[in-house]
Amino acid sequence: MEFLESIFILPFLDIADSPIFFLEVVISGVLAGVMYSLVALGFVLIFKASGVFNFAQGAMVLFAALTLVGLMEQGVPIFFAILITMAVMVLLAILIEKMMLRHLVNQEGIILFMATIGLNFILEGVGQIAWGSDVKKLDVGLPDKNFEYGGMLLNTLDLSAALIAAIMVTVLALFFQYTGTGRALRAVADDHQAAMSVGIPLKSIWIIVWSVAGFVALVAGILWGTKAGVQFSLVLIALKALPVLILGGFTSIPGAIIGGLIIGVGEKVVEVYWGPAFGGAIEGWFAYMLALAFLMFRPQGLFGEKIIERV
Amino acid sequence: MKMHNLVLAAAGFAACAVGVMESKIAAAADQFFPLLVYRTGPYAPNGIPLANGLRDYYSMINLRDGGINGIKTSVEECETKYNTKLGVECYEKLKGKGATLFTPFSTGMTYQLIPKAKVDKIPLMTMGYGRTAAGDGRVFKWTFNFPTTYWSQASAFVKYVASQEGGMNKLNGVHIAHIYHNSAYGKEANPTLDALQKIHGFKLTKIAVDHPGQEQKSAWLQVRRKRPDWIFMSGWGVMNQVAIKEAVSAGFPMDHFVGNWWSGSESDTIPAGDGAFGYKSAALHGTGTDWPVIQDIIKHVYRGDAAKAAENKIGDVIYNRGVLNAMFNIEAVRTAQGKYGNKVMQGEQVRWGLENLNITTAKLKALGMEGFTQPFTVTCADHESGGPVIFQQWTGNGWKFVSDWITPITSVVRPMIEEAAAAYAKENKITPRTCS
Repeated sequence: MEFLESIFILPFLDIADSPIFFLEVVISGVLAGVMYSLVALGFVLIFKASGVFNFAQGAMVLFAALTLVGLMEQGVPIFFAILITMAVMVLLAILIEKMMLRHLVNQEGIILFMATIGLNFILEGVGQIAWGSDVKKLDVGLPDKNFEYGGMLLNTLDLSAALIAAIMVTVLALFFQYTGTGRALRAVADDHQAAMSVGIPLKSIWIIVWSVAGFVALVAGILWGTKAGVQFSLVLIALKALPVLILGGFTSIPGAIIGGLIIGVGEKVVEVYWGPAFGGAIEGWFAYMLALAFLMFRPQGLFGEKIIERV
Repeated sequence: MKMHNLVLAAAGFAACAVGVMESKIAAAADQFFPLLVYRTGPYAPNGIPLANGLRDYYSMINLRDGGINGIKTSVEECETKYNTKLGVECYEKLKGKGATLFTPFSTGMTYQLIPKAKVDKIPLMTMGYGRTAAGDGRVFKWTFNFPTTYWSQASAFVKYVASQEGGMNKLNGVHIAHIYHNSAYGKEANPTLDALQKIHGFKLTKIAVDHPGQEQKSAWLQVRRKRPDWIFMSGWGVMNQVAIKEAVSAGFPMDHFVGNWWSGSESDTIPAGDGAFGYKSAALHGTGTDWPVIQDIIKHVYRGDAAKAAENKIGDVIYNRGVLNAMFNIEAVRTAQGKYGNKVMQGEQVRWGLENLNITTAKLKALGMEGFTQPFTVTCADHESGGPVIFQQWTGNGWKFVSDWITPITSVVRPMIEEAAAAYAKENKITPRTCS
């Protein structure tokens, strides 16, 4: 009886009792959700352009952040360190295309997926060999102050991180939707050979998209690294993106945004109000459960492309 | 391409040759200490200084003393990535190479290895982690967790809070939150806190944080809402750094935020920046390089090169913990040699040495560790020894002790250990031995 009460009555009484706090929970969910969207975006970009689920996306985030903070520790000014890191990520994209992808053109998706697992381990190892395994403090000058607004405690770092992530997601969504390169990327994702037959340069497209994914990884690395320090566990933020991808669809940038927000708000509200009834720490599995519940009604995700195959 | 293959083959051959030589040496006449390390993976920032501390102390014993009563030490590392499955594989790999003592450095691995240790007759030394019930040596003959355990630590934390609030009788009404890693390790302190809550009447809120703890806003929203007076944290890895930053964001007073001894190292506070100033943690040994034993390591292992030693994190909390653990292992072997003679000790003999270990103030002074940790005695029945805990505070560039050594509430903790051990014995059909 007590358990049922803690699920069906107490949370709602709590919300009614303190609506300002509920709003604070929702806002923190939105801010977290945008950050999840940013990580999910890296997966979506590569999946859209090459049909590959890039297992190494988390490792790319770590690699980019380690490179940036490593350069800064060597005395390179922030602006140049970011530029050099971006150049490293472009170089990485070229190497991935030349040494991995071009040998796997038109192979099964699972083979490409396995290749990215290998890439994941290489990036993890190279990053740690080059820059060490210490937890590194990252400060790129983002403001980090608390302030009260309408009875809610907010943090400028959370807000600015969410703002940067939101701008990035919007720009990329527009790029994919309204530019020739964006359309070419989508064509490549649909069918490698068909895209090549109409003159789309497959290799260049792959380099572009992996470079953009590298840039997204760098931004994600900066934002998450500023919050938690740059360290190996950055690779694990990929786990936060998976339910967002399941929910939003693997091919939709708007899906990554909406999915991130739903997951972010959902997990925070559930954890704060319903978590105590289950012993706490339910937000991790709740995110997956929520995503799977959506899949029952839309197997392709909220915005994913419906796959229709002629049999 | 041929040249490339040749280089690879040569490198592979060299690696194999070194491995064979290392194990041959271990099998010959050295006291072999296997090292289950995690120099890679998400917990490497702690795993590296820990492994360095152990390794350096063993090296120093050879270089300074010529070994343990003339018996040289040797080591072989096996990378576990702090992964239980890999840890068990490492155990299996190294036990056949002359291992006489394992230090798993993981609660998860310890749980897996406890039944194996009994069969293989190789003792487990689990200092400050692992299964708390193993403190009852009547049931856990092959496992040791001195000088103190999670349960004792939790009781010492409550006593520390009481000392800050004006006495044990002032705990009634005080609100304590336990923020813990949602794992077997993180939950270890809960039974003790529950028991002490009933006795002393403080309010207890338990808040779990999911692995790895990079995103824990929900936990801190609950802190904001419930407004505890004190927070005790059982965190690990990235969870600690994020928690400290979140505590700052939530406006929680840092001098009322106390981590356990796995949540109180430089890698937890430095990434959090200035906000970490005033954060506290439990400790079971000293930090820094001013201790004679640490100076000896710099002198003998690093040949006086303090800068090189600093690169290996010498003096950091976790490094010094490795040194402390290695000292216990060495002294256990030395104790065993006192009975069995100055030769390489076997697993059963090292177990006897652990069980008869008597760390006195005089011995600590002789070892260059006076004040670094506290004296204690291990017995057949008590593998924990109920050693005291001290609390330290982050000053911005180091840790300083801010309490006396606090004796755990053994009147509460010891019966709980015996009860848990009895339950384990019943479940595993173990007949507890008699300790006279």
